[in-house]
Amino acid sequence: MTMTALPRHVLLGLLAILVVLIVLPMFADRFYVQLVTRIMVLAIFAMSLDLLIGYAGLVSFGHAAFFGLAGYALAILQRDVELVSMWTTLPLSLAACALAALVIGWFSIRTSGIYFIMITLAFAQMLYFFFNDSRSFGGSDGIFLYQAPTLELFGTEILDLGRRGELYYFVLGALVASYALARMILQSPFGRVVTAIKINEPRTRALGYNTRRYKLVIFVIAGVLAGFAGYLNALQFGIVNPAQLSWHQSGQVLVIVILGGIGTLYGPVLGAFVLVLLEDFLSHLTEHWLLIIGFFVIAVVLLLPRGIASLLEFRPSRQPVGGEAEVTVQEVRRA
Amino acid sequence: MSGKLHHPGRRRFLKGVAAGFGAAATASFVPTRFAIGQQAKIKLGLLLPYSGTYASLGHNITDGLKLRLQEAGGRLGGREVEIIQLDSEANPAKAPANTNKLIAGEKVDFLIGPVHSGVAMAMAKIVREEGTIMINPNAGADAVTGPMCAPNIFRTSFSNWQPCYPMGKVMMENGHKRVVTMSWKYAAGQEMLDAFADGFKAAGGTIVKELYVPFPDVEFQAQLTEIASLKPDAVFVFFSGGGAIKYMKDYAAAGLKDSIPLYGPGFLTDGTLEAAGAAGEGLFTTLHYADDLDNELNKKFRAAFKNATKRDADVFAVQGYDTGTLLLQGVNAVKGDVTAKKEIIAAMERAEIDSPRGKFTMSKAHNPIQDIYLRKSVNGVNKFVRVAAKAVEDPAKGCRMA
Amino acid sequence: MSFYLIQALNAVQYGLLLFLVASGLTLIFGIMGVINLAHGSFYMIGAYLAYWLHLETGNLLLAVVIGLPLAVLLGLAVERLAIGFLYARDHLYQVLLTYGLILIFNELQRILWGNDPHGVPVPDALAGSVPLTETQSYPVYRLFISAACIAVAAGMYAVIHKTRLGMTIRAGAANREMVQVLGIDIGRLFAIVFSLGAALAAFSGMLSVPVSSVYPGMGEHVLIISFVVVVIGGIGSILGAFVGAMLIGFADTFGKVLVPEFASIAVYALMAAILLWRPQGLFGSRTA
Repeated sequence: MTMTALPRHVLLGLLAILVVLIVLPMFADRFYVQLVTRIMVLAIFAMSLDLLIGYAGLVSFGHAAFFGLAGYALAILQRDVELVSMWTTLPLSLAACALAALVIGWFSIRTSGIYFIMITLAFAQMLYFFFNDSRSFGGSDGIFLYQAPTLELFGTEILDLGRRGELYYFVLGALVASYALARMILQSPFGRVVTAIKINEPRTRALGYNTRRYKLVIFVIAGVLAGFAGYLNALQFGIVNPAQLSWHQSGQVLVIVILGGIGTLYGPVLGAFVLVLLEDFLSHLTEHWLLIIGFFVIAVVLLLPRGIASLLEFRPSRQPVGGEAEVTVQEVRRA
Repeated sequence: MSGKLHHPGRRRFLKGVAAGFGAAATASFVPTRFAIGQQAKIKLGLLLPYSGTYASLGHNITDGLKLRLQEAGGRLGGREVEIIQLDSEANPAKAPANTNKLIAGEKVDFLIGPVHSGVAMAMAKIVREEGTIMINPNAGADAVTGPMCAPNIFRTSFSNWQPCYPMGKVMMENGHKRVVTMSWKYAAGQEMLDAFADGFKAAGGTIVKELYVPFPDVEFQAQLTEIASLKPDAVFVFFSGGGAIKYMKDYAAAGLKDSIPLYGPGFLTDGTLEAAGAAGEGLFTTLHYADDLDNELNKKFRAAFKNATKRDADVFAVQGYDTGTLLLQGVNAVKGDVTAKKEIIAAMERAEIDSPRGKFTMSKAHNPIQDIYLRKSVNGVNKFVRVAAKAVEDPAKGCRMA
Repeated sequence: MSFYLIQALNAVQYGLLLFLVASGLTLIFGIMGVINLAHGSFYMIGAYLAYWLHLETGNLLLAVVIGLPLAVLLGLAVERLAIGFLYARDHLYQVLLTYGLILIFNELQRILWGNDPHGVPVPDALAGSVPLTETQSYPVYRLFISAACIAVAAGMYAVIHKTRLGMTIRAGAANREMVQVLGIDIGRLFAIVFSLGAALAAFSGMLSVPVSSVYPGMGEHVLIISFVVVVIGGIGSILGAFVGAMLIGFADTFGKVLVPEFASIAVYALMAAILLWRPQGLFGSRTA
């Protein structure tokens, strides 16, 4: 199921959401425009983690490392190298994430399961303390960005990202593009091998694939996509701090992905919307709002076995998560 | 004054109705916005930690502020006040979004918060762009009234520099020439140790070693052994909350308390003495407040706070209370017209705050110019010993207004 | 006593404490395959129970004696009402569920006991200290904690290697399916193991109250470090948890002394290095 095209009603549901997102700024309060911008950034971040968890079976507990690193790269490039254009800062920030993901991934994919979870956490914690402890990078208080990166083409500014409306559509475009890119990657022969590794690594290896290399490449791709989200986050708020790469942040995005539904790409997007909107709503209502979030999370686990995304699927038969395995392996063989 | 948490949707609707009446009722020569303002409540947005490690600070600041507003009849400049509380979770990663929620979502007239310095930096960044007046009732990051200073940013608490610099002279006077300093490795800790080192070196002392523990680690044993082997004349240490309690207990249990005196900024012993027990007795600390300050307002304030909350007031409650006083002086000066920001700021700049900590004024960087007291912890109370330094003004390094 | 010898003592003492916290985690992990993020919450609950019962009874020993069964009951309730439904499903859902539990337990702590930190004095019988150098002495209570940790370690060793329950647990850690085939009631085993793990975490919280006091958020401080210990040692291995805890104790203590600039990353660097050398931890037998 994962590899084939989306079921029609899911596709329609997603298109409906997209339409709502497109028209939202025309009637919503500017606060909601800001809020939804933030959610969409978080959604890209969550989607990047779903590439790892849902498709490659690599559960990273240090994914915020790349999210935070890209923000820091942008802040440092602006402050110390005085680069202002997005044409330079974005590629350089993403390159920094790719490099970091290459190094961390190269070490981490030697382990698996819970050990993989913990080694990714270890690397993220080291990066966290690096920024937290280093005074030249702002220490625990972080660094400010005094202006949004400029986006010019042939000398004329095409978008002013300091303006909320333009930033909103830029981020919406980024979300759609990220989703499309992730789908393309997964439907390519490369993506099929990656998915096959999750289902049965020894068998995939026996078919002659260098599974480690495939895992490393998907790890780097996910790291770069997380970095893209981190870059947008820093751009939106104009501040980076170590909390953005703390284990709390890694944990939060992990929760969003599982809550939304792993292995669907759109599930994590829904997860981001539901969790953040719920937080926004509840934090007004009562001082003990986290209690309600806690019960909500548990209710989803117990009542929606495949996450919020399963609400979109309307499927009467609830087969266990492993059920799709055989189909995909056969598809890989065909590929 | 309503301090309850409301559902935003309903309130927004009610405000819309009020605005409709306001516009209809006033003649055209009165600026419409002002007219609406007279009808509506003044909104205070509080971004403070109400959960997690810093929750008690958030609550005491809030209750101090509410107490001050209650004393003033629940009104600012003749208008009723509405308080919107938002849990910051002391999380800098969520701080920009939370700040936006109050400014853009709730459209508050004043932003009050936070406790945590990392959150303060994010808030300061946003209000510099939005122009909302922000009153910081705690976070001590030097930069808030340093490089980040702005006309619309005020602080009613302290800069990290303030309580620490004067301690250098105090410790030299007590005959401690060689001192080891220790803190968590994060911005507030580093700023405090630096300020102390500056004051201590200026008074002729020597820092033997600076020890840092990763934040928020509370395993101190390795460094305590190091202190024991270095045998300094005294130790200057900054920790707060649970970390401070554990540190005082470990320090005493290691047998160091009697041989090597322990000093620190007042946060070490504020709100922690009950839990620390005997380990917290007899410590000298410097702060802009002492529990038993001998002035009428302090006595009245402490009794009222205890009466209202059943808890003892502390320095954080005082800071919340003074935030209320500063607001009153600013908004009363314009009779409740919160659109007159320039006038409010001017009134707040020249405010003389009658505080339980003693009178203080605002520096050009909008930080209190205040006395720093030497206190000694006796029977669980931070007792006033003497004034360590009079009218201490933060150097406000990097602030263009100073 | 020389400086480094005392530091070694500090390291051992810290390591023992870490072992106590982590032992319950490795049990739950190894036998049930459950990644229990709420482990730190049980530590916190133990600490608050000890504080509260001490307040009521005035006696820490009594507080522990009453508090431990409460912790076991709480563990049992969590297993029966929540985690028990998830054994057939992917581990990730256990992560999500126990994350929800953290939020709930944190709020319940605030509702029941408030936000202020509270201390519990060291019991009189253990209040003294042993002089080590002319300036430093070692508190008897810390030595007592170490002794208690060693006793728990020995007790666990005895249970696991000498009793029928232990045999089942060992078999379960090695091969879960096999245990089921042998006709052992796996549901009952899991309930016992989970309550035992929760009780161990709560017990370490209770023991540490006189040293560290109680405060909101205290559980999260021990969560990550416990996971590090378990993973270094190899999941499900009690011996591994013991060795892992000792290694972390030494890395942390001597990291702070010898390379203070890098003290914050010392334990994580150690973990990464060990996992690169042995991807299944020091004493891990299988992939989890």
